[in-house]
Amino acid sequence: MIRLEKRPQPSTLWTALTPVLAVLLTMIVGGIMFAALGKPPLEAIRTIFWDPLFHPQFASYSRPQLLVKAGPLILIAIGLSVGFRAGIWNIGAEGQYIMGAVIGAAVGLAFYPSDSVLLFPLMVVAGALGGWLWAMIPALLKTRFGTNEILVSLMLVYVAENILASASSSWLRNPEGQGFPGSRNFKQWPAVFNDELIANTGMHWGVVAAFIAVIGAYVLMARHIQGFNIRLTGEAPRAARFSGVNPVRIVLLCLGVSGALAGMAGLFEVTGPAGQISIDFGSGYGFTAIIVAFLGRLNPFGILLAGLLMALTYIGGELAQLMLGLPGASIQLFQGMLLFFLLATDVFTNYRIRFVGREVA
Amino acid sequence: MADTLLSIRGLTKAYPGVVANDDVSFEIQKGEIHALLGENGAGKSTLVKMIFGLVKPDRGEMLLDGSAYTPGKPSDARRAGVAMVFQHFSLFEALDVAENVALGMENPPKPRDLARQIREVSETYGLPLDPSRTVGTLSAGERQRVEIIRCLLQHPRLLIMDEPTSVLTPQEVEILFETLAKLKAEGTSILYISHKLEEIRTLCDEATILRLGKNVGTCTPREVTARQMAEMMVGSSFATPEARSAEKGEVLLKCDALSMPAPGAFGTPLREVSLEVRAGEVLGIGGVAGNGQDELLMALSGERLAPKGAIWFKGEDISRAGPMARRDAGLLSGPEERLGHAAAPNMSLTENGVLTASRRKGLVSNGFIDWGKATGFAEEVIERFDVRTPGPGTAARALSGGNLQKYVVGREIQQDPDVFVVNQPTWGVDAAAAAAIRQALLDLAAKGAAIICISQDLDELMEISDRFGALNEGRLSPTRAVSELDIEKIGLMMGGAHDMEVAHVDG
Repeated sequence: MIRLEKRPQPSTLWTALTPVLAVLLTMIVGGIMFAALGKPPLEAIRTIFWDPLFHPQFASYSRPQLLVKAGPLILIAIGLSVGFRAGIWNIGAEGQYIMGAVIGAAVGLAFYPSDSVLLFPLMVVAGALGGWLWAMIPALLKTRFGTNEILVSLMLVYVAENILASASSSWLRNPEGQGFPGSRNFKQWPAVFNDELIANTGMHWGVVAAFIAVIGAYVLMARHIQGFNIRLTGEAPRAARFSGVNPVRIVLLCLGVSGALAGMAGLFEVTGPAGQISIDFGSGYGFTAIIVAFLGRLNPFGILLAGLLMALTYIGGELAQLMLGLPGASIQLFQGMLLFFLLATDVFTNYRIRFVGREVA
Repeated sequence: MADTLLSIRGLTKAYPGVVANDDVSFEIQKGEIHALLGENGAGKSTLVKMIFGLVKPDRGEMLLDGSAYTPGKPSDARRAGVAMVFQHFSLFEALDVAENVALGMENPPKPRDLARQIREVSETYGLPLDPSRTVGTLSAGERQRVEIIRCLLQHPRLLIMDEPTSVLTPQEVEILFETLAKLKAEGTSILYISHKLEEIRTLCDEATILRLGKNVGTCTPREVTARQMAEMMVGSSFATPEARSAEKGEVLLKCDALSMPAPGAFGTPLREVSLEVRAGEVLGIGGVAGNGQDELLMALSGERLAPKGAIWFKGEDISRAGPMARRDAGLLSGPEERLGHAAAPNMSLTENGVLTASRRKGLVSNGFIDWGKATGFAEEVIERFDVRTPGPGTAARALSGGNLQKYVVGREIQQDPDVFVVNQPTWGVDAAAAAAIRQALLDLAAKGAAIICISQDLDELMEISDRFGALNEGRLSPTRAVSELDIEKIGLMMGGAHDMEVAHVDG
């Protein structure tokens, strides 16, 4: 009989080991799945994890994509992790990401065709504000009426998607676009184009912001009293109240930070890699970032690595679809497995397995 | 021997890292009340769990009535005639007494028959209880009766009771003792687990004392003093608190008709609680659990804000001030629940130090935590209050209850409060540690602090308090000097508005 036994203290070894183990298990089980689909498993795994970085032919294109994709994932996941640490579950980062892009772009387009150097920073602030406002809706409803932030933030994603659709087809539509949906293209507006800072690296302002957010979150959680209060609220809400932490403030802070970072990520994306507000702008970064946050153990540096890994599976997944003809759904399944195995192996952080003879529990 | 009911030989049970029971042997005679004594962590619970079939021993054997007894699960134990009343009740508050009893039985009779049986048993044994009452409306003592009656309906030969008096008023204790005496007269054996030495001396025929999992001795409680038993339990002698001067200073904390609604469905509202406590004074607040102790602590700590004008600290109205502002002013508190309220289970002792001491000890500057200083503070508390732990980096949940209690109470005392409000400071703490905590409270008072000690342990309150009051359904009795009180008066204060139905045992 196998029995789980609670460890007196969470194991530090297992905390570090579980993500590695989860990746390995995903490779094994994913490989079996690819084999079942009639594709060579080793080649598929290699295409996903190795080729995007080192393939002689494609790597020069796909390598910069790594940072392009990882940037928003990390930025959003950092914000989410702050809330998750406090037990505040913002599931609607996708909506905040979209609203940041829409409002930031709208503010910028209001000044078209200005070439002021202040415009881009203004748009970044507007983007952050847009995400923040969108996150304040579940925050205020939760603190005033006790609604569940999971449901409200999630449902607001669909509202945001509709706002995005209306923006791209009517009020932000490019007046010179012959009636096609979609806003003006920021790539053709140098004053606000969020271009690569170093050529062929994929490094744009959003990636810089993500790195700053990683360091900022580390300092907040490890050294600052607000970070301590956030962790305390997540660990033991009654103890937090006893300590004098105001739960309303924590809810507003956590949802505010995650909303603002998601909004900022949206703005960097719309002015950079995406280039314009369009109906299909929402690409699921806000949802994938939830996986990234947990894969990174809610630790800022863990999230940095997890964001890069997740971006790799995205790019590699696309490559595998292209080269091996793997169905897109199998790639999503593969990514889903990663979270599944992470949560499964996570048990060992707090429990140890004991094999025991027949005994009455 | 024909008179031996249960004989335990060489029982051993090891858990990872600790031997909970090491070669324990003793015998329980028929019709005997046998005490099982020991500090927390001495292995009492493991031992009774083995007898009740919840845990399987690694080695050793048990004989019941001369034949091998190896219960694989509690129902085996019950079938063999062993019943147990747990310290923590497992009752459904929304169901009535009879339904709760039926849930604990394997083949419950029809509801009407069961209600009749409950009434019969409750009359025979002097345990007044109405089978149709909802458990949520019962006092702790009445709930315990539900558990006892559930056991008695199975006509046990051995009844195990785990710290049964910790939740009872003195009058309820008397009722319980009469019941136990009657059971004993009928030939039922009772294994009685308790901390309270005086109680064991009045009630029990034999006592087995466990220390660190070993049987360190057997005695006849009537023939030795409580102190001798305590020293056997602890393995060394320990200090009794010293008396201190009677000089009291000005009023530091005052409540003026403090009323607050109940925090939840099963909480207790506070009803016009008025009290004052002076510098250098210890005010003891007794009462049966669930009569507003938690709520009073939360009102004084600032976790729940009181209406304006209700709480005065050094002449200022602090009713609307939060926990931090109250701590800054010098009013500190220690909640009853260690894990989850006084401390965050998964956080380290250092982090749990920051939890309340961040401002008074200057552990935070410009919003940033000075972890070096915080670790230093945790180490000071560990050192001064003899907290047994590998170090300040250990998670709070890894500490034993007594050690964590020393840490959370020590954490507040180390901050030199002007007023310290503490709920159940020695709950579940072994005798030596409890004595150390009480001494620390008295030392604090001697330095001029005012202390409000809320506790269900009357012996403790009598030992350290200058004045005493009791909570009953959220009302605080007028406080009186301890020197004027006797156990009768205290019982009546605790009983408050309850009609204390004094039960008589038939025959």
